Amino acid sequence: MKPLTTDFRSKAAETMVDEQVLQSLEHVYTGFFKGRLEAAGDTDNWEELRDKGKAIKDHTIAHLDYYLEQLADNVEKNGGSVFFAADSAEARKYVLDLAHARKIKTVIKSKSMVSEEMALAQALIDDGIEAVETDLGEYIIQLSGETPYHLIAPAVHKSRKEVAELLDDNYVEGDPVPDATELTMMAREKLRGVFERADMSVTGVNFAVAESGSITLVTNEGNGRMSTTVPRVHVAVMGMEKIIPSIQDLSTMLRILIRSATGQRISSYVTMVNGPRKSDEEEGPEEFHLVIMDNGRQKLLADEQMRESLNCIRCGACLNACPVYRKVGGHAYGWVYPGPIGAIVTPVLTGLKDAGNLPAASSLCGACHDACPVKINIPRMLLELRYRTAEGSTDKAERTSSVRERTVWKAWRIGMMGRKRFDIGARLSRLFLRPLARKGWLKKAPPPISGWTSTRDFPLVSSSSLKARLSKRSKKAKS
Amino acid sequence: MPENTPDSPRPEHVTLFASCMVDQLAPAVGESTVDILEYLGITVDFLDDQTCCGQPAFNSGFRSETLPVATRFIELFEQVEGPIVVPSGSCAAMVRNFYGDLFRSDENMTNRAERVGERLYELSEFISRFFGTDAIKGTLADTATYHKCCHLLREIGVDEEPLEILSNVDGLQMTPLDRADVCCGFGGAFSVKMPDISSAILDEKLDNIEANGSNMVIAADTGCVYQMQGGLRRRGSSVQVVHIAEVLAKSISNSSVLGKS
Repeated sequence: MKPLTTDFRSKAAETMVDEQVLQSLEHVYTGFFKGRLEAAGDTDNWEELRDKGKAIKDHTIAHLDYYLEQLADNVEKNGGSVFFAADSAEARKYVLDLAHARKIKTVIKSKSMVSEEMALAQALIDDGIEAVETDLGEYIIQLSGETPYHLIAPAVHKSRKEVAELLDDNYVEGDPVPDATELTMMAREKLRGVFERADMSVTGVNFAVAESGSITLVTNEGNGRMSTTVPRVHVAVMGMEKIIPSIQDLSTMLRILIRSATGQRISSYVTMVNGPRKSDEEEGPEEFHLVIMDNGRQKLLADEQMRESLNCIRCGACLNACPVYRKVGGHAYGWVYPGPIGAIVTPVLTGLKDAGNLPAASSLCGACHDACPVKINIPRMLLELRYRTAEGSTDKAERTSSVRERTVWKAWRIGMMGRKRFDIGARLSRLFLRPLARKGWLKKAPPPISGWTSTRDFPLVSSSSLKARLSKRSKKAKS
Repeated sequence: MPENTPDSPRPEHVTLFASCMVDQLAPAVGESTVDILEYLGITVDFLDDQTCCGQPAFNSGFRSETLPVATRFIELFEQVEGPIVVPSGSCAAMVRNFYGDLFRSDENMTNRAERVGERLYELSEFISRFFGTDAIKGTLADTATYHKCCHLLREIGVDEEPLEILSNVDGLQMTPLDRADVCCGFGGAFSVKMPDISSAILDEKLDNIEANGSNMVIAADTGCVYQMQGGLRRRGSSVQVVHIAEVLAKSISNSSVLGKS
């Protein structure tokens, strides 16, 4: 998927006036966010589990080479094939070549953000292969020709009516809007036929377990599981960070992932795949391929300040908690990963030069850090990226701060380096703005405050500083 | 986090860090802070040379401009011993949680920053930690709700304490604010740089405030106070947003007036 991070401001502006989408975004708070809080509250050792999850991920990422090798060895021992893809193009080519070599006509896909990075479904279709998303949300998005809006709820911005228009060929304006069950049945009917004729599946990976060479899928619809069993070829695609050492770790990670994602204690389906069908087994695919993709992740790994972002287990909790995401929506972020986690990984994976607005679009409220099951300090990394765009990047093209900004902050520094200047600066600003003020507030102010006064009144600097007031006070006390 | 336990000796003397905003925009909040501390029997020192902790530039990414200002802050407050109190969770968070990142290539400064940070307390944190949430017995007949400022809540970890302190104000009717812990959209320079997003977040907050029906919103950070007050004024609402220090100082003064009569 081609990054369009430069469009952040305009896409955000569109969403902020779209009442229907804003209503839908309410659900990520009232549903997912509140659900997570309840599930966490009902889990005795919740904080302990989060710490454990963080420790597991910290350890794995620190020894990523070792565990990737172990994983690859064990997948091969189980009869599967492993392909390490340096980028999304290589990963895509591997899957396309495989599909052509096996004379594949129909591919069913289950939900996978990595396959979004690869823009895989469209690539298959462009090559003349039928490719159908089977996750309900992804299916809706595919029908509407969009990209996922949310990590775990890709079609969360769609109203039931919009979904009906996409799923029901006979739906006309004014018809009663079908309920969720009816809509699901429509999708089910359409998808059954595809499942029957599919000869290859592409799934994502929630966790790959190094010690057993197995992959785990967490779903609620069951189509993911069916994808791993029905077609004769199963390809699983994963980012190289989606790995954990042991089955024991899996138990911890599943608990925090599912609670953080949907507020469920366990999802309807947790599927583990240990390679292709063995000679004594009756079901399962004939072939199993695991594609492990880098696509910029080594950049994150080598970047001491940003490395922690590789701990992400893609639960979406930071999106649900984020007041900015809930106003600007998922498409504003311009690439595969929306929300706070997108705001820190997208700039590194796709280039900070065009993506400077992503880390800037945050009030640094910390709700994401608070919600993250593995305690990723997202605000700290947003600040790091702001530093790089302002002045810190060694790549000149990434330093996108304007001359005006740089001048403002230089002037600020000069003003803060001495008490006299600090007072003089404040008095001058009062003198300058006072004619515009009424009862101590401004309705309109010149730049750089004009941004503020476009929507809010701005307070005038006080007639005397605290220092002045306290010195008066102590004189009074002495006299 | 500061290491003192709640039962450690009550400080008799503190140094006030006003924060740049309180110093120049809201000195009444600073005076109220002094009133409260004096009510608790503490003498308060004010370092005349103080300006800012550096947070605005740091949050905007301009660390080279922040460094001298933050260094100046540390050098200044190293000159005094004992607790430092600031009526802002955000400034406390800057020093305690973010100076480490700012000074990361300078071990000496990192350690010095930590030393100062260990002595720095946000006002309501200081009150509840050393004097208990029932230490202030004031009177204020009004209706109010409380907004949980993000940095105080999530960076400093002060959640219910301010509400407990306020619950001891006689006559003050508190009604819980829906989504009290959701950001007001301020975010410092973010509020100016991306005013449309900042205001969209604010609007949700203001809807909840107006639905609450109280006369007054109490918050513990001046930035958030102005964000919400500025938005309410623009809406034509009469709801007042007041810093917790001002509410407590007023309640103390009411009580002492009542006591004298």
